[in-house]
Amino acid sequence: MRVSMDLELKDIPGQLLLALQPISDLKGNLISVVHHHEKHTPRGTIPVQIVFEIDSEKLDNLISRLEDSGVSVVRVGEERFLEHCAVIIIGHIVHTNIQDTIDKIDSTGFAEVVGLTLSMPRVNQPSSAFLKIDATGKKELNEALSLLKNVANKKDLLVIEPIETQFI
Amino acid sequence: MKQVRISIIGFGSVGQGVAEVLMKKQDYLTKMGLDIKVIAISDSKGSFINQNGIDLNSALEQKRQKGTVANVQKTGVEIINEIEHDVVIETTPTNIEDGGVGLENMLASFENGRHVITSNKGPLALKYKDLVDTANLSGCKFKFEATVGGAMPIINLIKGVLAGNDILSIQGILNGTCNYILTRMLEEEASYEQMLAEAQERGIAETDPTYDVEGIDAACKLVILANSVFDMDSTYKDVDSVGITKITPESMLLAYNDGYVTKLIGEVRNGKLSVGPRLVPVGHPLSVGDTLNVASVQTDLAGPVTITGRGAGSIETASAILSDLIAICNNDN
Repeated sequence: MRVSMDLELKDIPGQLLLALQPISDLKGNLISVVHHHEKHTPRGTIPVQIVFEIDSEKLDNLISRLEDSGVSVVRVGEERFLEHCAVIIIGHIVHTNIQDTIDKIDSTGFAEVVGLTLSMPRVNQPSSAFLKIDATGKKELNEALSLLKNVANKKDLLVIEPIETQFI
Repeated sequence: MKQVRISIIGFGSVGQGVAEVLMKKQDYLTKMGLDIKVIAISDSKGSFINQNGIDLNSALEQKRQKGTVANVQKTGVEIINEIEHDVVIETTPTNIEDGGVGLENMLASFENGRHVITSNKGPLALKYKDLVDTANLSGCKFKFEATVGGAMPIINLIKGVLAGNDILSIQGILNGTCNYILTRMLEEEASYEQMLAEAQERGIAETDPTYDVEGIDAACKLVILANSVFDMDSTYKDVDSVGITKITPESMLLAYNDGYVTKLIGEVRNGKLSVGPRLVPVGHPLSVGDTLNVASVQTDLAGPVTITGRGAGSIETASAILSDLIAICNNDN
């Protein structure tokens, strides 16, 4: 699992290593460290934000190791969805059962529809929807999108995706 | 002074544009040491031949007054076969069913050892490899910058300026008519049908707009790009294309509120060709409006390079033909 954590370190040398060592010891994979060395909390400590990947069963162990060595763990959050995407759908969205379209994506377990804005100008006219989809990774997001396109194709809906802005 | 004898086969809007540009740039060409002589002009009714060089001004005048330049009953292909000259400028209308007379003209030119410059997409979108192979076999040059994006010099950019780079992908807006309609739909919050009518009124869309709005024109240009840049042998039937006719103004507003404009984007990536409506972040280099065309080329060394320009218009397209002509005269590749 991918975890983000807010830590507070004492303002003395060697504290950052103290915070990162247990992650490495537990075979975690560090993704980012933001070290606000110039900032101090009202408690005189230095805030640090880290993101890493680790087996979920090792997380409790990690937190207690950190606390034992004097590092305060202020917040722990699971970063489940790393990829976000918005798509437009045009057609008889409601009549063709939008709930079913959303369910198809939600039931994958790796992607979810997290936002929906619908515009229905008139009865019998095509509606437009703006759908926000989150997924656990890039591959999963692409999979969710092809699933969506598949469903849309069967229901004669037009799907408009964003352009690929990051070139591969 | 190097004398180059050319024919203009097809004297519609683009062919006339070429004649105008050649007159306008005569001093420029003379300074380059080039004496370009148009020895024949053909239109659908016949041809006009003058081995000493046609007076382009009177040819244009005659076309405007009588609707044709013809003074002899000869077709374009007869001119190509019978009159000795160096370069054929092929500007007949596009035929995407079988390549039509354009394909015949191009093949005849190569058989007679004449170089070809064209703005005619049809033959290239159907028989690209045959044409290039025939040109190479006969030792002729074959230039077609004007087929893709009018004045936007995308092919020569990739083949010339970006030489040495591996091209990873190309994406862009390749049809000015669709871009105009989509831009106006968002501006006016008006329906596709309304803005199509406006585009037709302004002469931006044709009476039968199918070719543009169903993405066929963009698909043809994409095929020519893919074939020439990636050495593919695709035809426009290989392109997965979706047009703009189903796009609603409501959907464009929804997207815009979240920072996107809706554009008809053509894309070549990993050997796949597609044309369809896509969401482009506002401010992204591809988010150009009006009738503009734009293409973004992803290269391994130079990173992304984007160019934009006017995709249609007789003088704009003639500009691309002129640059191809100068390249052939100067023996550039």
